[in-house]
Amino acid sequence: MDLTLKVWRQENRKAKGRFETYSLKNISPDSSFLEMLDVLNEQLVMQNAEPVAFDHDCREGICGMCSLFINGRAHGPDESVTTCQLHMRKFKDGDTIVIEPWRAGGFPVIKDLIVDRNAFDQILQAGGFISVNTGSARDGNGILIQKEKSDEAMDAAACIGCGACVATCKNSSAMLFLAGKVSQLALLPQGRPEAVRRAKAMVAKMDELGFGACTNTGACEVECPKNISVAHIARLNREFLLANLKP
Amino acid sequence: MASFLNSSIGKKFLMSLSGLFLISFLLVHLIVNSMILFDKSGVLFNNAAHFMGTNPIIRVVEPILAIGFILHILYAGILTLKNQWARPVGYDKQQSGNSSTWASRNMFVLGSLVLIFLVIHIANFFWKVKFSGSELLESGTVDGVENTYNLVTTFFINWWWIDIVYVIGAVVLGLHLTHAFWAAFQTLGLSDNRWRKRLEFLGWVYTIIVAGGFAIIPLWVKISSLL
Repeated sequence: MDLTLKVWRQENRKAKGRFETYSLKNISPDSSFLEMLDVLNEQLVMQNAEPVAFDHDCREGICGMCSLFINGRAHGPDESVTTCQLHMRKFKDGDTIVIEPWRAGGFPVIKDLIVDRNAFDQILQAGGFISVNTGSARDGNGILIQKEKSDEAMDAAACIGCGACVATCKNSSAMLFLAGKVSQLALLPQGRPEAVRRAKAMVAKMDELGFGACTNTGACEVECPKNISVAHIARLNREFLLANLKP
Repeated sequence: MASFLNSSIGKKFLMSLSGLFLISFLLVHLIVNSMILFDKSGVLFNNAAHFMGTNPIIRVVEPILAIGFILHILYAGILTLKNQWARPVGYDKQQSGNSSTWASRNMFVLGSLVLIFLVIHIANFFWKVKFSGSELLESGTVDGVENTYNLVTTFFINWWWIDIVYVIGAVVLGLHLTHAFWAAFQTLGLSDNRWRKRLEFLGWVYTIIVAGGFAIIPLWVKISSLL
């Protein structure tokens, strides 16, 4: 495949970025999107030019490191996959592909296509945990949990924190991310003792970091590579409203 | 309380509650207006309008309704501004169509259009009935009940562009409602995967009844006058 890439280049946080256009020839349709970018970078290195900086780690869709807004969609045109699992056969020979970093006030660009997603860590630190006493491990079935509940908690816990929800949302809202993190704990008895404090602290942190509010467009759920449902956002709303009713 | 209202979910909570209040108001409003369709003499509608204008419970609810409108509009403005600030640099290319509906992305635009319609609508009827009065209200009154039917039908029969404005108003309101109904419940936390489908279906039924009903009234009055 022959491709034209329009890639966002930005020196650092403060620099003013711009789009650069690159041509690539003989890309295998079976290569992944990141492998295609590797080829581009090899080409750039050969030309003594600065390679394009982009985030990636496991390349098997579980770490949440890769990002990229490809042709107007988070993680590109394929459904329910991260960018690393996106294959070039999803594009046509001769296509022009626009590649942009996540755009959100809460995710400042560090360099080129890499954004700082530290805000998600800060939201987690505000309450995305349970407090347990150290000592010997608890018996696995010491607390019985309904199968449906544990399945739902597991679905929420599938969030890899990639930030596609924020990138897609017209308001740059982190509600789906937060909903996943609150839900996975709120559904389980181990998460209940700190539920009130957690909901309040995590929502406050999300707001403080400059993410927008939820308009319920549902775009996040469609673009989420892990198909996290907006039903978890309803649970987060419920948790937060009830938390505020308690003294 | 202050921290609750400062939070994004707290603001959305107010949007949702005021929105649901307006949703229930629209249904009552439509039921009263539909009297225009069922009685050509206008007595039925005039009595209904008179009841709404004099009943003590309705008198108490009216200022609350005004507060509902103001809160909904005020918080829509605050939230929209904050949401705009949340993305200082926009995308060069964004395909939103495959992940969300146009109405859900443009609730502020649709709401602003509804607000413009609301101002026209209040100036046309409510203001005249309540404050400034009109010769049309005085003519052909029965038992001292103001002839609201005469005022409304005269507008719809004499000026065709008023009919168009009212039909457009109904369509814009309908688009706003297609997203509003389920979203209001979602924001209150009263939705899950099963209830979402039910609420969205109910939302469509409600929207078709309300938007369709408000659009039919001016058209019916105009067309039946030509027959």
